[in-house]
Amino acid sequence: MKKSAVFLLFIGAVAFTGMALKPPAGVEMAGVGVAGVGVARVRIAVPVQSALQASMARGKQVYLQVCLACHMATAVGVEGMNPPLIKTKLVLGDKAALVKIVLNGMKGNVDIDGDTYHGVMAPHSDLTDQQIADVLTYVRNSFGNKASAVTPAQVKAVRATNK
Amino acid sequence: MQQSVYQSKRISRTLMCVLTGISLVGFISCSGGGGTNSSDSTAAPKDSSTVAFDPHPSDSATMLSDSLKLPAGFTATTVVENFAGARHIAVAPNGAVFVKLARLKDGKGIYRLMDSNGDGKPDKITGFGDYTGTGIAIRDGYLYASSDTCVYRYKLDSGFNVVDPKHPEKIVTGLLSRGEHEPKAITLDYSGNLYVNIGAYSNACQLQDRQKGSPGQKPCPILDSAGGIWQFKADQPNQTYGDDRRYATGLRNVVGLDWNTATNSLFVMQHGRDQLHDLFPEIWDTKQSAELPAECMYELHKGSNCGYPYIFYDQFQHKKILAPEYGGDGKKTAGEDAQDPVMAFPGHLAPNGLLFYTGSQFPAKYKNGAFIAFHGSWNRAPEPQQGFFVVFVPFSNGKPTGKWEVFANNFSGGDDRTASGAAEHRPCGLAQAPDGSIYVTDDTKRGFIWKISYK
Repeated sequence: MKKSAVFLLFIGAVAFTGMALKPPAGVEMAGVGVAGVGVARVRIAVPVQSALQASMARGKQVYLQVCLACHMATAVGVEGMNPPLIKTKLVLGDKAALVKIVLNGMKGNVDIDGDTYHGVMAPHSDLTDQQIADVLTYVRNSFGNKASAVTPAQVKAVRATNK
Repeated sequence: MQQSVYQSKRISRTLMCVLTGISLVGFISCSGGGGTNSSDSTAAPKDSSTVAFDPHPSDSATMLSDSLKLPAGFTATTVVENFAGARHIAVAPNGAVFVKLARLKDGKGIYRLMDSNGDGKPDKITGFGDYTGTGIAIRDGYLYASSDTCVYRYKLDSGFNVVDPKHPEKIVTGLLSRGEHEPKAITLDYSGNLYVNIGAYSNACQLQDRQKGSPGQKPCPILDSAGGIWQFKADQPNQTYGDDRRYATGLRNVVGLDWNTATNSLFVMQHGRDQLHDLFPEIWDTKQSAELPAECMYELHKGSNCGYPYIFYDQFQHKKILAPEYGGDGKKTAGEDAQDPVMAFPGHLAPNGLLFYTGSQFPAKYKNGAFIAFHGSWNRAPEPQQGFFVVFVPFSNGKPTGKWEVFANNFSGGDDRTASGAAEHRPCGLAQAPDGSIYVTDDTKRGFIWKISYK
C-alpha cells in the first residue's frame, strides 16, 4: 500500500487514491507503454491509478445524471427529504448495503445518523454493474469521503442475491 | 399485491380488501409516523428581541443569517427556537399558541406556548401528545391535531388549556401513510366540518414510482384513497374512509390549506410533481424542469377535481398539459374535466402554509389576502434552488389578483444558501394572532417560531 502510494507520486499521477485498491483483473498490460519505469511496478501502480481515475470520471457522469437531482451537486442532500452523502455511515460503511440501496431504492422515514428523511429514492437496478460500481466509487471518494472502491464484481454478487 | 388491491374503483371495495388484513404501513393504527426524539431540551426561550429578527443561533458555526427581510414598518421577533420540526401552528383567542411537531421534543409532539406577562416570549410551555405530525387547528372549544394516520381532538377549557392531554378523542383513524406525502394537513370550516389532506403516495402515479420509463397507471388507483381532500364531521369519533367523504380529488399533495371566510370556501396549495427532466430529458431540459410545473392554488368545492396525475399546469402556456407518463409531449393539453387553478406560482417552491389574513393590524391591502409559506425547493437542481420565503397574494372579490410579492425573506440565510438549498430555516406553518400579528414556523432542526407585527 505504502509502496504503491509513493510510486504513484513518483510517476506524477494525480494524488487521489482509494484505500486498499487492488488492480482489476485483465489490465496488467495497460501500463506497459510508460517509459523508464520498472515493469513490475507499472503493472501494479499505473493500472490502479488509471482505473480509479477512470472509474471516478465515469462515476461522476452517472452521479450528474442520476443522483444530483436529489442529493445535490455537493452531496449535501435536502434536510428532512434526501439524505446527504457526506461521511455518513451508509456511504462509508458496508458496500453490499450501499449497492442494495441503489438497486432497490429507499423510502419512508429513514433514519440516518440521527436525522430522519422522507424523500423517495427510486430503484436504479437499470444501471449496469459497471455504472453502479463507478458511481459508488465516485461518491465514496468525493465530497470529503474516503473509502475503498466498489467493483463491478461486487455489484454483480449483490445483485445475484438481491431480494 | 398492494397494487392489485388498488385496482378497485370503489373505495368500499378497496377498504374491504385492506381490512381483510393486508399489511399496510400505518393503517388502523394511529402511530405518529416514525418521528424521532429530539435531543434538544432547551425549552426555555431566550431574551426577547423586539428589533427585527434575532436568530439566537443555537450553533453559531453554521448560522450565517442576520435578519428576516420584511416590508417597511414590519418587525419580526423570535418567539422560540429549538422546536425542531415545527410544522403547523394555531393560536387561541387568548393568545395561547399551539404548535405541531414532526419530531418529538422531550417525547411530546404538541406544545402550548403562553406569554402570560406580555413580554413577547412564552413563559408557560407545556408539551403533550406522544405522536409526530403536521396538522393543528382550533375550533369551537376544541384543539384538533393530526398524526400521519389520524386526527385527534382535545377539549379546551375557558382559558384554552387542554383539559385532558392524555386522552384525546380520535376523530379520524386509519388514513393511509405510505412513506411519501404522509403529512395530514387539516383545517375546519364554520359548519362543523373537518378537511384533511391525504397526499398521493407517489410522484406521478407511475407503475414504479419515480422510475424512468415506467408508465402512468390508468385509472390511477391511488385516487381511491389518497390524492385529495377528505371531509369529516368535526365532532364525530372514529371516522374513516368508509363514509365516502371525499371532498376533492386530483390533488397530488396539499400541505398549506385554509378556510377563506370571505368566500366561505376551502383554498389549498398543491405541491406539483417532480422530475420532469429526470424522467423525460428528451422533452424538458433542466431549466424548464426547474420551473415546471406550477405550484397551484385551487379553490375547492364538493366534487372538485384538479386533474392529478393525468395533467399538470404549465404557467407559461397557461394550460393543463397531459402528463408525460400518460402520453404527453409537453404540448398536448388534457384534463378538460379538471378545474383550473385560481393562481399559479413557480415550480417546486413547496407551499407548506396558507393563511387568509382577517386582522386589522396590518395595512388595509392585506385584509382578506393570502399569505403563503414556501418551504423552498430541492427539485430544481442543477439549477439554483428557490423559495424559503413567505409571500403575500392580494385578493379582490374573493379571487387572487394574480400578483404576488415576497413578504418575508431570508429564511435561508443568504443567496448562496438559497441557491444551494442548504437553508438555515424553512418556513412552514402560518397563523394569525388575536392582535393581528402573524406567526411563522420553521421545521428545520433549528425549529424557530417568529412573530411578525406591523409598527
